[in-house]
Amino acid sequence: MVAMENPHAHAPQGFIRKYIFSLDHKVIGIQYFFLALTAVFVGMFLSLLMRIHLVWPNANIPFFGHIQPETYLTLLTMHGTIMVFFVLTTAPQGGFGNYFLPIQIGAPDMAFPVLNMLSFWTTFVAFVVIIAAFFVQGGAPLHGWTGYPPLSAVQSAGPGEGLGADLWITSIAIFCIASLMGALNFITTTLDMRAKGMTLMRMPLTVWSWFITAILGLLAFGVLLSAGILLLLDRNLGTSFYVPLVVVSGQIMGHKGGSPLLWQHLFWFFGHPEVYIAILPGMGVASQVLSTFSRKPIFGYRAMVYAMLSIGFFGFMVWGHHMFMSGMSPYSAFAFSILTMCIGVPSAIKTFNWLGTMWKARIRFHTPMLYAIGFVSLFVSGGLSGPFLAQPVLDIQLHDTYFVVGHFHLIMGVAAIFGMFAATYYWFPKMFGRMMNEPWGRIHFFITLAGTYAIFMPMHYLGMAGGTRRYSDYREVKYLATLMPLHRFMTFAAIITIGAQFIFVINLFWSMFKGPKASDNPWEATTLEWTTTTPPPHDNFGGVTPVVHHGPYEYGVPGAAKDYVMQTDPTTVSAH
Amino acid sequence: MGLALMVVIWLITLISTYFFVAKTWWLPLGAADAAGFIDGQFALTFVLMGIIFLAAQLGLGYIVWKYRDRAAAQPASYSHGNTTLELVWTTLTAILFIGLNLMGSRVWASERFEPAEAGAVKVEVTGMQFAWYFRYPGPDGTFGATSPKLMDPSAGGEAAVGLNTADPAAKDDIVTGTMYLPVDREIDLSLRAVDVIHSFFVPSLRFKQDAVPGLNIHMHLKPTVVGEYEIVCAELCGLGHYKMHGMVHVVSQDDFDKWLAAREAEKQ
Repeated sequence: MVAMENPHAHAPQGFIRKYIFSLDHKVIGIQYFFLALTAVFVGMFLSLLMRIHLVWPNANIPFFGHIQPETYLTLLTMHGTIMVFFVLTTAPQGGFGNYFLPIQIGAPDMAFPVLNMLSFWTTFVAFVVIIAAFFVQGGAPLHGWTGYPPLSAVQSAGPGEGLGADLWITSIAIFCIASLMGALNFITTTLDMRAKGMTLMRMPLTVWSWFITAILGLLAFGVLLSAGILLLLDRNLGTSFYVPLVVVSGQIMGHKGGSPLLWQHLFWFFGHPEVYIAILPGMGVASQVLSTFSRKPIFGYRAMVYAMLSIGFFGFMVWGHHMFMSGMSPYSAFAFSILTMCIGVPSAIKTFNWLGTMWKARIRFHTPMLYAIGFVSLFVSGGLSGPFLAQPVLDIQLHDTYFVVGHFHLIMGVAAIFGMFAATYYWFPKMFGRMMNEPWGRIHFFITLAGTYAIFMPMHYLGMAGGTRRYSDYREVKYLATLMPLHRFMTFAAIITIGAQFIFVINLFWSMFKGPKASDNPWEATTLEWTTTTPPPHDNFGGVTPVVHHGPYEYGVPGAAKDYVMQTDPTTVSAH
Repeated sequence: MGLALMVVIWLITLISTYFFVAKTWWLPLGAADAAGFIDGQFALTFVLMGIIFLAAQLGLGYIVWKYRDRAAAQPASYSHGNTTLELVWTTLTAILFIGLNLMGSRVWASERFEPAEAGAVKVEVTGMQFAWYFRYPGPDGTFGATSPKLMDPSAGGEAAVGLNTADPAAKDDIVTGTMYLPVDREIDLSLRAVDVIHSFFVPSLRFKQDAVPGLNIHMHLKPTVVGEYEIVCAELCGLGHYKMHGMVHVVSQDDFDKWLAAREAEKQ
């Protein structure tokens, strides 16, 4: 790093080099953040159309007209894909990770700034390609975000399975490449660019979470990339990796001997770690925020680190729990099931430690803290349906029902998004130099918390009653028709909750220009980003290299001058 | 703010729990012998997870109210954790989760590791976009040959599953769009799919299994209550997924024999 004569010393001039093709991790982080913000509104709008269609199937929606069954499936496919890749993977890691990982470890930038810029713009191209799928002949694919072949591999299997499906796979493949570049950068930066005194066990838990997430990404996205290429070959060059002899609409297709289960194994080998890619950064942010606003050290720092490491480790050994009903050997279900239960243990440790952090604290209820507390509540609620689904014998009833939809939305969807909200409200002052509006933040929080529970808790009731997912109309089957009142309730809850998100967006943009000026350390927090100016200079610390003397969460230290000790404080009041 | 947060978290928790406990929506009445096991394991998991859910959420609400920042509050205690506590709750959760899992596995094993008992009633289930077909082997007890070349979904019935009528064993095969099963008899199901993956789901019989192109999956079940139960498709299979449903009639052995004989007579 030294050989290049400090490349970070001078900020680039000119609009394009400064804001578009910037090499500054802070600008790139903000680019990722706005990409994800755009994507989340697209994804949310698709879900709104879905909820409206389920309850008013004959509604004539402006610009969309009457939604057909195949259009509904297109909406759910694109909702899932956009949310998982371009929101849950993009914002927590690419956005906040990019911006704050280097600052929190005391580095002037990422290890590979050019690679960093490339990974953002590659992600951007992937987003353009997936949006393009809406506009091609036949429209976007209808095979669900999991894209199980033969449905996803045979062009005649349904509308949207032509060019739309090719674009869908291509977009995911491009996204995989971008994520691999990002993961390498995060890992190298964490290992090689820490400031003096920033030992591994002094890293903020956010840094640990981004680091572990990057390792998961490095191992998982390569597999998805390969799986996607094989699917493209099956679709366009007549290979048979995933497709055996099938007869679609009376026509014998040209495939022979492929295995539909092979895709499921490869997809979920990526897909399950992906769940943790989405939620781990949220865990990191929740820990950081809970400790800051509790004015207490995090309870069991080491246990938190080991818990995240073991969640990441076990996360790679449980993909088969998505496949208990797939025709996979029932013996392997035993192993997958036990290993899945094992993940419950570190997850429980984290919950206990968050509660322990708030025990005997002095909690300050700023908006980031509200979201961190909401995160814990949602993590518990979404997590406790896990031990149902982890049991193959209960999966007989619950697999592919709304119980699953409720489970993963609460835990990897909404909990992860609460992590992002906490992160936004917490770091906004540092990123944009101004404070967000607190009263509106609180109103946004309470509507969103109650609203998301009102949308996703009833899904568990639906699922227990046998309510299958991915149906565009629930009035065809008698017992499903009796569950329509629940659907109606969920749709109303969704409309209100989605409406409340505009409070957030208005608050965000209004505060960016009109919010009160933020001080360097408005939350009286201890980690390195709060030692530098607001917003940080191009090289993060204005030519100074920070030296670290303490662990990340030294709050309420007896004998200290203030109720918090910055990581860079040279006075030795604590042993950590 | 601490009070508001406690009230909201408690309300969400209690309202959610009410609808679980009141069983306003619950598993449908079980009509197969597996229902006893499955529902028992479900109830046990439900009680254990319910207790943790209540304790964690109510505790969370209480803690944020109790330890809110106010003038009269105690200073925050300075603690980095407690290793003994960590070990205790790690061990307890591990025992609880893994123990629960092992109990459920026994049921899974009895259902899936053993083949159907001898003399079971054979039925073949075929899924295709967007219908289920059921084939009975007839008096000879043997399924005749089928061929992809002969499959014609638009014709329905025998032609849809591609039955090769030249095969002597196929002469007495019955193919229907509605499923009939005798009560209290073991049923030996074989599941197939011709185009994409489907999933044969009968909530009341506590039965679900994907039907996968290229695989012939054998499963068994034993219906125990006479009645009509809806069949749905549980795996996304294309634009008509939502209307790929059917009906299974669980009837007495006599009625089953009569029904089968009537179908044979129709065929001649």
